[in-house]
Amino acid sequence: MWHILKYIARRGRVTEPAPEPLEGTHRPAHPVHDEILAILGRALAIRQVDAGSCNGCELEINALNNPYYNIEGLGIRFVASPRHADMLLVTGPVSRHMELALRRTYDATPAPKLVVAVGDCGGTGGIFGESYASCGRVSNVIPVDVTVPGCPPPPAEILAGILAAVRARPPIEAEPATFEPGFN
Amino acid sequence: MEFFGLDCRFERFDAPLPIHGARVLAGQWSALALAVAEAKGRLVSLWGSDERATGDGFAVSAAYATADGLLWAKLGLDAAKPAYPDISRFFPAAVRMQRAARDLVGIEAEDAADDRPWLRHGAWPADYFPLRFGNTGQERFQAQADAYPFVPVEGDGVHEIPVGPVHAGTIEPGHFRFSVVGEKVLRLEERLGYTHKGIERRFMGMDTDEGARLAGRVSGDSTVAYAWAYAMAVESLAGVKVPERAAWLRALLLERERVANHLGDLGALGNDAAFGFALAQFSRLREDWLRLNRECFGHRLLMDCVRPGGVARDLDADGCAQLRRQVADIAREVAELKDIYEEHAGLQDRLVTTGRATPELAQRLGLTGLAGRASGQAADLRADFPWPPYDGLAVTACTHRNGDVAARVAMRFDECFASLRMIDALLAGLPGGSAREPVLVMRDGAGAGWVEGWRGEVFVALETNAQGRIARCHCHDPSWQNWPVLEHAIIGNIVPDFPLINKSFNLSYSGQDL
Ligand code: SF4
Repeated sequence: MWHILKYIARRGRVTEPAPEPLEGTHRPAHPVHDEILAILGRALAIRQVDAGSCNGCELEINALNNPYYNIEGLGIRFVASPRHADMLLVTGPVSRHMELALRRTYDATPAPKLVVAVGDCGGTGGIFGESYASCGRVSNVIPVDVTVPGCPPPPAEILAGILAAVRARPPIEAEPATFEPGFN
Repeated sequence: MEFFGLDCRFERFDAPLPIHGARVLAGQWSALALAVAEAKGRLVSLWGSDERATGDGFAVSAAYATADGLLWAKLGLDAAKPAYPDISRFFPAAVRMQRAARDLVGIEAEDAADDRPWLRHGAWPADYFPLRFGNTGQERFQAQADAYPFVPVEGDGVHEIPVGPVHAGTIEPGHFRFSVVGEKVLRLEERLGYTHKGIERRFMGMDTDEGARLAGRVSGDSTVAYAWAYAMAVESLAGVKVPERAAWLRALLLERERVANHLGDLGALGNDAAFGFALAQFSRLREDWLRLNRECFGHRLLMDCVRPGGVARDLDADGCAQLRRQVADIAREVAELKDIYEEHAGLQDRLVTTGRATPELAQRLGLTGLAGRASGQAADLRADFPWPPYDGLAVTACTHRNGDVAARVAMRFDECFASLRMIDALLAGLPGGSAREPVLVMRDGAGAGWVEGWRGEVFVALETNAQGRIARCHCHDPSWQNWPVLEHAIIGNIVPDFPLINKSFNLSYSGQDL
C-alpha cells in the first residue's frame, strides 16, 4: 500500500484542461462541467456502440478515461446500458450484421437522446464504404447529431465532438429539480 | 524445394522470412496437412478464392508454419463442385476458417463435422458468395431470418446467459453464450462475425497502394503488423528489397505498437481485477507513448506509417533522442509498477490459476502468439526466423507455462521490457540511407508477408491480376486460432471472471470478422 501511495504522490496530477467544443482554444475544466450541469442538470451518461469499426476508434475513446483527459472529472461517464444513456457514441461503418443491434440500442435509449458518430467510418463509411456487408455511415441507420472526422480522431477531438453535441441540444425546459437529501 | 517427401516443388518467395508456395494435388493436400501436424507444425491460415476470371476453377489455400518456414499450399477445385478434403481432423483451428471460406467463396470442406455458417449471419442469403467472380460486392439483400443453432447444454440446474453483440464496455461486438450452473461456467460458445464489413471483397480491384491503407485497418490495434505483412507481400511480389534503414524503422514501429498494447492491457487487466490504480497509471504511460508517436511519426496509432517500399516518414536525430529518453523513462516506471503488481496479494489472488489453458491444450488447439507463449508454446517469428533487423537483436521468445491470466500478465511485462530494450538498440544503431524504395508491381503475381505482431503472427497472401491490381488479398489474424481456446480456458471459472480472462487474451473481433 505504502508503495502505491508513494507512486501516486510522486506523479501528481496530469489532467489537462478540456478542449473547446470542436476546435478553438483551451479553457479550464470547470466551465465545461458547469455547462453540462446547466444543460442536463446532471452528469452526461454515454453508451458507446462499436457498430463495425476496426477497433482503432475504440482505443482512442478508451483513452478519454486516462488521467490526461479525465472525463469523469468533467461530469461525463460511460455507462453499461443504453437505458441509462443520454448519448450514443457510435463508431465504424455500420456492418449489416450490427444494423439491427444498433437500431435496437438507439430505440432503448430514452429520449431526448444525442448521437455522435466517431471517425471517418462513422461519418462517411470511410475506406470500407457501403457493400453487401456494410451500411456505411452511421446516419444511414440512425439519426446523428454530430460527426467527428479522423481515422481515428484523437481523444481531444472526440471530447470536443461530445461537448459540441451537448451544447447544440436545447436546454431542458423544466425547473431544475430540487433534491431533498435522503429522498433520492 | 521439396518438403516432407512430397512430390511437389515449392518456390521460395522473395521475402525476408522463408515463405514457400506451391500448387498441390488433392492427395498432397491431405498428406501435407498430416505431415505438418505430425512434425508439430502449425496451421497459420486457410482461405478460398475464385479463379474463374483467369480460366481456372476455384482454389483453396492453406498456410502452415514449419521448422523450415511458411508453406503456402494451393489446391485447385472443380468449378462445378468446389470441394476439398477437410483438414480440421489435423488442425481443430481449421473449423472456423473452413466455414468462413464456404460463406465467402462457396467452397466446401468434405465431411466437415460443423457446417454452420460462420461469417454469414442474416445479411445475405446462403446462395450468395461475395468473393465469387461475377459478383461485385455491391449487391444488397433484405435481411434474412437468423436462427443460429447454438449447441445446447442440458442438465439439472443448467441455464444459459446470452451476452452481446453489444457489450457493456467500450469494446468490439460479439456474442457469447454461457451455459452455467450457479456461477460456474460449464460451456461457452462464441459467435463472431458481427463486424464483418467485407474487407476481402473491398481489396479486389484496388491498386496495391490503396490496399496498404486497407490492410492497416483490418485491426486497429495491430495496424503496424498488418501494414508490414502487407508491404512484405507487395515487395516479395515485386522483387523489391527495402533499404536497411526502412527495415529498422519498421521494427521500431512494430515494437512501439507492441509496447503500446501491452501498456494498455496491463492497466485494463489490473482494472478488471478491481485495481483501479493500475488503469490510471498504465493509461497515463500509454498516453505519453502515443503522444510521442504522433510527434515523431505523425499518427498516434502509427497508421499508414509502413508503406510498400519502406516507411512513410523518416526519423531525424532529434526524434531519435526523444524516443530513447522516453524508453528509459517508461522502462523505469513499468519496472516499479511490476513490483507493485507482484507485491499485491489481492491482485495476484485474482490472476493466478484463473482462465487456464494448459500447454497440452494449447498445443492441441494451436494456441498462438502471446497467449500461446504464456502456455509454453515457444513460437515467435522474431526468434525463429529472425529477419533483418531482428537478426542482430538476439531475440529470444519469452515463455511461461502456467497458461493462466497471471502468466499472460507476466508475458506482457516480459515482452514490454524486451521490446523497450530492442527499441533502444534499434535507435542506437539506426543505419543511414533512404527510408523508401519505389515499388513496381508485377501483373499476375503472388506474394506473401508474415510478421510477429503483438498478438501473434499476422499473415498476408496477395495476388495481382492482369492489370497489376489486387485480384485477391487475404489477411490472417492470430485471433482465429485463439478464440476457440478461450472457450476452453473459461470452463470451470465463474462468470464474473470472464471479462478478466477475455481481456488477458485480448483477441481481435474485427481482425477475424474481416
Ligand atoms: S475511422 Fe479509422 S480508426 Fe475508426 S474505425 Fe474507421 S478505419 Fe478504424
